[in-house]
Amino acid sequence: MSMSSSASLSPVSLPMQRSSPLDPPAGYRCLREEEPVSRLAFPDGKVGWLLTRHQDVRALLADDRFSADRRRVSSPVRRFPIRPDAPAVRAGSLIGMDPPEHTRYRRMLTRYFTVRRMRELAPRIEQVVSEHLDAMERSGPPADLVPAFARPIPSLVICELLGVPYRDKATFQRCTSVLLSLDASEDEMAAARDELWQYMLDLVAAKRQHPDGALLGSLIQIDAADAGLSDERLAGIGQLLLAAGHETTANMLALGTYALLSHPDQLCALRQQVDLVDSAVEELLRYLTIVQFGTVRVAREDVEFAGRCIRAGETVVASLTAADRDPVQFPEPDELDLARPAAQHVAFGHGIHQCLGQQLARVEMKVAFSALFRRFPRLRLAVRPDEVPMRNDMFIYGVHRLPVAW
Amino acid sequence: MRIEVDRDRCSGAGQCALTAPELFDQSDDDGTVVVLDEQPLPALREKARRAAALCPNSVIRLV
Repeated sequence: MSMSSSASLSPVSLPMQRSSPLDPPAGYRCLREEEPVSRLAFPDGKVGWLLTRHQDVRALLADDRFSADRRRVSSPVRRFPIRPDAPAVRAGSLIGMDPPEHTRYRRMLTRYFTVRRMRELAPRIEQVVSEHLDAMERSGPPADLVPAFARPIPSLVICELLGVPYRDKATFQRCTSVLLSLDASEDEMAAARDELWQYMLDLVAAKRQHPDGALLGSLIQIDAADAGLSDERLAGIGQLLLAAGHETTANMLALGTYALLSHPDQLCALRQQVDLVDSAVEELLRYLTIVQFGTVRVAREDVEFAGRCIRAGETVVASLTAADRDPVQFPEPDELDLARPAAQHVAFGHGIHQCLGQQLARVEMKVAFSALFRRFPRLRLAVRPDEVPMRNDMFIYGVHRLPVAW
Repeated sequence: MRIEVDRDRCSGAGQCALTAPELFDQSDDDGTVVVLDEQPLPALREKARRAAALCPNSVIRLV
């Protein structure tokens, strides 16, 4: 295969300007059509690559010539590095690991998140959802769906699964919110990281004293036999799963509701056809793809990829958002069509790092969307659509608030 | 059609068990794939193909 010289391409910066709240920045479409493997200028001054086609994004994320080691990648949106030596960045944080270390952690954790176990959680999730709908009904309308519904449900569920006391939610929600914000300064980030880290270390110490049957306590008990899990590793695992478990689903619930309310015909179909919810959830995942700045890998060696030569050490950004609007994979990609086969989306990533908690997220979304629109068949926005504040300033896209009435 | 899997490369995402629960489950020990029926009846072959296509690590082979 002949390879174009990378020098002939001038680097672009990551498209970040959305012209409509439910569509990705238009820059992605141009890149996908004209320069699907483009040179990307990073805020730290380095130059790497940006992928915008579905096939290339999947290929990258399944390619073991690329590493997920976060100490070596540039951030597509931050000027400063993620404090590469901080123990909190490394220990137990399997999203930044490569095999064989990653495989060991993943195998240890996956059994807590299987399809079967997540289905067994459904009755408890239904109960949590129902309690929050009761509370909304008692105090409203109107209500802000984010604090009343979208945020507490996944937060409570992941706390119970991990064994994190839900009463501490103010601490971990505030810390993760700073860590996922684009506007936070390096000092603010460091303070939030230290606070969350200390919180998790204290929690792990408490679990060692009194292990329970939830995930962290169970890891401690299993590990007593073969002693591979230090407090730091357990805290790292807990921190990652806690942040991933509440931020992502919370935003899918609120933004998904906003999307459905903006497409009344689709919402109507979902209400009339209860079993549409499975494909509706996949289509919402695709259409909204909330990990809005994509995911990153670094080349371990010089790699020939999609006709280009990617040099060892260069960072490659896989735009999940752009991939999930690729018309080659999804005809009429900008249409929300709850009945379409959307399961090939990369909203959960692809390859060995594909989301560990995806089956939990699916069950939470199915239960929550179904119950919300059953309880409030006349749910509507209580403000104009353009008055809803969007999370353009956060790693995970969504809405900051969603005022609704019924 | 026969289903073959490479469990060493499985990361337990659960796409197969979600898509074709008649054919695939996940181990209670490490979440990796367990094949329930290696030779699916014709009615389940399309599901087997879909599960194979969705696997994030291309662990499932249909031969």
